Amino acid sequence: MSEARLLAAGETIEAPVRRPARGSLRPLLLGFLLPVGAAILWEIAVRTGLAQGRLAPPPSKIAATLSELAANGDLWLHARATLARVAAGFALGVLAGTLFGALAGASRVARALLDPTLQGLRAIPSIAWAPLFILWLGIFETSKVALIAVGVALPIYLGTLGAILAVDRKIIEVGRSFRLSGFALARRILLPAVLPHYVIALRSGLGLGWMFVVAAEFMGASEGLGYLLVDAQQLGKPAQMIAAILVFAVLGKTTDALLVAAVAPFLRWQDTMANTEA
Amino acid sequence: MLTFEHVSKTYATGAQALDDICLGVEEAEIVAVIGASGCGKSTLLRLAAGLDRASGGRIRVDGDEVAAPHPAIGIVFQEPRLFAWLTVAQNVAFSIAHLPRRDREARVAVALEGVGLADHADRWPRALSGGQAQRIALARALVARPRALLLDEPFSALDAFTRADLQDQLLALWADARPTLLLVTHDIEEALVLADRVVVMRPHPGRIAAILKIEAARPRDRLAQEFEELKREALRVLGLGRSAAA
Repeated sequence: MSEARLLAAGETIEAPVRRPARGSLRPLLLGFLLPVGAAILWEIAVRTGLAQGRLAPPPSKIAATLSELAANGDLWLHARATLARVAAGFALGVLAGTLFGALAGASRVARALLDPTLQGLRAIPSIAWAPLFILWLGIFETSKVALIAVGVALPIYLGTLGAILAVDRKIIEVGRSFRLSGFALARRILLPAVLPHYVIALRSGLGLGWMFVVAAEFMGASEGLGYLLVDAQQLGKPAQMIAAILVFAVLGKTTDALLVAAVAPFLRWQDTMANTEA
Repeated sequence: MLTFEHVSKTYATGAQALDDICLGVEEAEIVAVIGASGCGKSTLLRLAAGLDRASGGRIRVDGDEVAAPHPAIGIVFQEPRLFAWLTVAQNVAFSIAHLPRRDREARVAVALEGVGLADHADRWPRALSGGQAQRIALARALVARPRALLLDEPFSALDAFTRADLQDQLLALWADARPTLLLVTHDIEEALVLADRVVVMRPHPGRIAAILKIEAARPRDRLAQEFEELKREALRVLGLGRSAAA
């Protein structure tokens, strides 16, 4: 039985946060329930002849394709090629997007100059850029990385700008009242204040990077997961198609999870839904 | 030590917030500024804090003209405005980050003791109640040892119990270093409990209507007969006696 007592002056009780213990498997297991369940059902359907396994191969066939690709080294070859392109494009895109976003956020003139153009560019779908970039930059790596960089830069520009414009004037004033220089104000107050918003922009940029790499690899690649997809289409190998898509999903999710994990220690302080009761 | 010499402020929209304000605040004096909404009392404080510039006249602190935030002047706002990404201790240490670690930690410890929140040093601001957060804001302003502290309705967002408690705490903190206090409030009782002088302002445009001098020694007992009389007198002077609809 818990005892009731009056709190001493200044004493507080923090409500116990009911979050699954760190490293708890429960949310992870629940997450797998749907895809694994669907896969099992599909396997059973094909095995018992309820469904045709030609256009939508059962998981066993897909697993076989994957292990074959892994065995002859192709899987790593293609995955690595795609990953390298995403990494390079993402790095460039983050740099450009953050730079322009910060510029537009800091200066009204810069914003007036840059924003309309960049907003216009954002409206252009990824595939539309590909032929132009190939024309300008050739069909090898440069055009692909450039395409991904453009795709990543624009949402990051938007997110960075939005994050800066959303900073509460009130805490900036506190910094001013302590006579912080412009640079110190940006480093000690602006930067931490925009971080949560900026991380969201980074994640969406990364997601778009994965999207753009497919477009890039469709338009003439000799290796990569997108190439595997096109190759599977041309040779009529649905299992390979789905295998490639699966690897995309895994890599995409893993890179996103890595990003989230990398920034998590800097966002422990947040007073949001994510940090309270699960 | 803090003087307002013919200070006026007109905004770009044409609205005149302040008209020819002349006021001198002595060393270690506590001055409260009260008045209806729109009388310019918060504007007055912001000008003294250097966050806005006066359209006319000048403000001086110890002879220096105030045109930008001045090192001798600190300010506490109506909201705590704590930095959510820093712990309580880090918030309090914000303005003295340039000091060597030992001095910094010592000063922060003293400041937190002063507001009674020493055991909350490693908490995040999100874990604090409104009153606690405002106390930390106070500690953060005081740790820089300002010679004058401006307070813009610091307790108006809090409930009556917390407000009375924080008024007492403010007096206790003031008794230590005796900075000059310029406090804007809409709570007449608060002004009477704390201040040596009460400046009454009227709006449209904002100007000083009256200055009440309060002789009674502090701490003033809110329950005492004397205080009741003081309040009665103040309300009379303010013209807030019987309501107009009679």
